[in-house]
Amino acid sequence: MIDFMLLFFLVILAIAAISMKDLLSAIIILSAYSLIMAVVWVRLNAVDVAFTEAAVGAGITTVLLIAALSRTKRRERTSPQPAIQKQKSMTRNSILSFIVVMVTGAVLVYGTIDMPDFGDPDAPANLHVADRYIEKSYEETGIVNFVTAVLASYRGYDTLGEVMVIFAAGIGVVLLLRRKREQ
Amino acid sequence: MKEHIIVRVIASILIPFIQLYALYVIAHGEIGPGGGFQGGVIFSASIILYVLAFGMEEARSRISQKMSDLLSSTGALIFAIIGLLCILAGGSYLEYDQLPLGTPKLASHLGIYGIEIGIGITVAAVLITIFFEMAGRKDD
Repeated sequence: MIDFMLLFFLVILAIAAISMKDLLSAIIILSAYSLIMAVVWVRLNAVDVAFTEAAVGAGITTVLLIAALSRTKRRERTSPQPAIQKQKSMTRNSILSFIVVMVTGAVLVYGTIDMPDFGDPDAPANLHVADRYIEKSYEETGIVNFVTAVLASYRGYDTLGEVMVIFAAGIGVVLLLRRKREQ
Repeated sequence: MKEHIIVRVIASILIPFIQLYALYVIAHGEIGPGGGFQGGVIFSASIILYVLAFGMEEARSRISQKMSDLLSSTGALIFAIIGLLCILAGGSYLEYDQLPLGTPKLASHLGIYGIEIGIGITVAAVLITIFFEMAGRKDD
């Protein structure tokens, strides 16, 4: 029951975020979306992901987006086309995009029919390496939380790559913004 | 927000606790949810709160541009160097249990602890840098 309520909230917030013309409101709505998403992760027993979603998605991303917004305009720009022509192209565009979205959605729903049930122990994802992580990770890495064991030890290269991506993002921001100020 | 005394007092009470919590999250990544990424993000949030309450100048005097730049690369280097130390100790890259630190299990534990600290430093420093660069440009 609560899962359906959370899903319902997510859909409402997503629609509100894309239909909002005021960008500051859209950012706040996205923040609320991330917070509800964090609750969904907790419901799925993925506390590590929930923690990250709450800290990064609801916290820092909101602050950074507002900081970015302070350097641009608060409202979305409306197109400079004349009203009647705009109306006409809008209807054609919206019919076309409605068809595309419906077809894509139907294909995705068709794809979910073949998927295993949620939490099914015989699902392919649970048969590959999950057992080894659950049973052996403490003996092999000395770490109780096997999410951390996977991130830091079994998938250490991936985590090193992630850290480098974050570092590269920092360097990118420094190169783009700091040089401009010094000129 | 510089003249708002309530915001400044509350912020100066909260910031040490937020930073302590960030260190707790980094240190307890092995036995509970959390780790370097989350802890680093929480630490940078405390600095952002400091900027909001006390202003950019004050924050820059605490954490200089040079220091945050240096820290962003230091964290990534800690991670990479721990990997290299594993090679020097006779294992492959990032094979922590080859490190000469007591039993293999303890060595693995300490190695992972080290890289979590490295991740935390990089994430916190990069997010602080991004925030400073984006928010601190009122002058141009």
